[in-house]
Amino acid sequence: MMLTKPSAGTGARARRGAALLVGCTTALALALTACSSGGAGARTSKDGFAQVAQADGALTVWVDATRMAAAKQYQQLHPEVKLDIVSYDGDANGSNYLQTKVQLFNRTGKGWPDVVFSSQNNEVTWAVDAGFAAPLDKGLLPAATLGGFAKGANDVCTVNGTLYCLRNDLSQVVLWYNAPLMKQFGYETPATWEDYAELGRRVAAEHPGYLVGDAGDAFTPEIYLWAGKCGANQITGAKAVTVNTGSEACTRMAGLMDGLIANKSMSTTGVFSTDFAKNEADKVLLMPGPAWYGGAVFKDTLKTPAQQIAVAPIPQWKGDGSPATGNVGGGTWLVSQHSAHLEAATDFLTWVTTDNAYQGATAPGFPAYAPAADNWLKAQAAAGYFVGDLAPLKDAAPQVWPGWGSGQFSQEAIWAATVKPGMTQGRSIVSLLPAWHDSIVKYAKSSGYQVSQ
Amino acid sequence: MTTAPTAAGSTGRRPRGAARRSRAGTAFVAGYLVLLIAFGVLPTGYAVYFAFTSAGGTFTGFDNFVTAARDFRFLDSVGHVAVYLVCWLVSLVVFVVGLALLLHRLAADGTGKALRFLYYVPGALAGAAGVLVWLFMLDPTVSPVRPLLAALGFDTFGEVVAPGNLPVLFTVIAFWTGAGGWIVVMYGALNNIPRDVMEAARIDGAGAWQTARRVQIPMLRKWIVYMVILAFAGGAQLFVEPQLLSLASVGVAGRDYSLSQLTYDFAFQLNDVNSAAAISVELLVVSVSAAALFVARSGFFDAD
Repeated sequence: MMLTKPSAGTGARARRGAALLVGCTTALALALTACSSGGAGARTSKDGFAQVAQADGALTVWVDATRMAAAKQYQQLHPEVKLDIVSYDGDANGSNYLQTKVQLFNRTGKGWPDVVFSSQNNEVTWAVDAGFAAPLDKGLLPAATLGGFAKGANDVCTVNGTLYCLRNDLSQVVLWYNAPLMKQFGYETPATWEDYAELGRRVAAEHPGYLVGDAGDAFTPEIYLWAGKCGANQITGAKAVTVNTGSEACTRMAGLMDGLIANKSMSTTGVFSTDFAKNEADKVLLMPGPAWYGGAVFKDTLKTPAQQIAVAPIPQWKGDGSPATGNVGGGTWLVSQHSAHLEAATDFLTWVTTDNAYQGATAPGFPAYAPAADNWLKAQAAAGYFVGDLAPLKDAAPQVWPGWGSGQFSQEAIWAATVKPGMTQGRSIVSLLPAWHDSIVKYAKSSGYQVSQ
Repeated sequence: MTTAPTAAGSTGRRPRGAARRSRAGTAFVAGYLVLLIAFGVLPTGYAVYFAFTSAGGTFTGFDNFVTAARDFRFLDSVGHVAVYLVCWLVSLVVFVVGLALLLHRLAADGTGKALRFLYYVPGALAGAAGVLVWLFMLDPTVSPVRPLLAALGFDTFGEVVAPGNLPVLFTVIAFWTGAGGWIVVMYGALNNIPRDVMEAARIDGAGAWQTARRVQIPMLRKWIVYMVILAFAGGAQLFVEPQLLSLASVGVAGRDYSLSQLTYDFAFQLNDVNSAAAISVELLVVSVSAAALFVARSGFFDAD
């Protein structure tokens, strides 16, 4: 009797424990289902997409570390706006952080930021299909504002004729150079690629150790091969690409680079590598690179003193009548279709891309909005960091060769994984062009692209 | 008279103590069970469901497995993971057992205690942090062991992370972050070998080598099998090392290296959760099969 009672008690307790367990599990399962089905409210169609019910509340803005200053400046100038500023990596170097998060938010049905900055300019290739990016030219923004952007600046934001993002800055490639050093060595800035190659040979012979360029970054092809009109990445439709790395344009530029790499006047370490900052920061004579090199590389990373860096147009091939240049990134701003604060989001977007207080004065890159760009050039001249006129930047803005597009697959990632290891082993870029071609084709196909060769 | 109450008291207490013990046991198991279901069983079931359905939720048989296997990165990743597993498991078994035996020999004096602590320290660092430490170690520009890297012929980070070096690098990193704990476990197991068995071996004239080979290692067998099963499952899911390396090298090395990275690409870049789940299910099947094989061949659950 005495012994059976407690055991019966344990049995009851065990059953209760089991019931508790089932309860917990059910609660968990319910919570999970609630997560996946939440957030589906009533929507009204306006401005070209189905909008959620608008509400008061904080505007959530995602920015990278560099654009943090812009968000803070907006908050300062508009203290009445409730702003929730979140910093993330800006999707730099193809990290796909934004895409990953949006896929997860799409599953849980909530959590999307209202406005996002991305340092990549290919976000719309997935953000439109994912139902994230809101169309901007169907009522959200007036045509007058959109008309102010530099020609072609928002091409990367356009899908089937509709605009889904705004370009933050242009990244046209120009030829940066160290003006006092060039003068001291008695060199002229080269106007053609032939002169550039010749200058590289002279530097290698007369001033070994000094550099006329770098070919070590993932975006190296976007500087040289894009400017050289190499058709490795001709995006011809929403899901179509033509890949041709064997053309004369490609082999000629690759050969030029191989020659300079062989005589060591072109480094292969990459301008952001610890090695470059440590050993080669004061060896830069010439450096083809995008507009943001001025601030991000020379001023901030290499700490080049003021009154040394100047800018010239990127060289062209002799006899080529249509000047062309490359482009490296250039950030974009997106507005979420799921935003419940569209008015505030649009106001922030307009301010951050066009207002002179930020784009025209303190922005680190060349503004995509033309009136702000004019102001920015004046501000740079007044600040006195660069030597001489920055006009070549403005001239290069509309010269970006349109034959190189912005697909969903990352050209930078492909170059880094395919060509860079070969270069490290001492192989020439020309010999790596076929492998590069195969790799682009494979990645494009796996992203669902129709590939022509 | 005097004994009766005590006897009655004791009979009354004993079941209450047993009940408390069983209640505590149930509570512990229930806590574990809830977590196991929430973070083990449910996600696994979810993955299996995804693996056999399309994005719309209709049953598709093995279509997702075919899609995943047809991806140009799939076979490469399988090869990478296989080579890594061989390097990782062999080095783990050889060095962990070897170092544990050494530690056991030295246990008598103070060096043993110091070594035991040293072995364990890297394990106390979280996995990702440990990998970050290694990224600094492997970059000749900032590495404290730069002369060693230079002696091996590496002058730049790019040379260190050349594709052929990756299995060895990942093994070294994984060993450094994960092996210390196992050395301490093996050391504990060695201490459990009865003193008279060791004494008998010594009296029979067995030296250190023979004792290790004929007495200690056979008696450690089950612990070694246990370690291999867990290390296999963990190694097959290789992710943090190549992913962080790919970020650190700006995509030069480690992108699309392992199967887990491929699942990540499928899920978040190609928006194909179903094919991602198919690869996860394959990894699960392989790991469980390997564990079953080891358990069956080693008599892991046989009572001594």
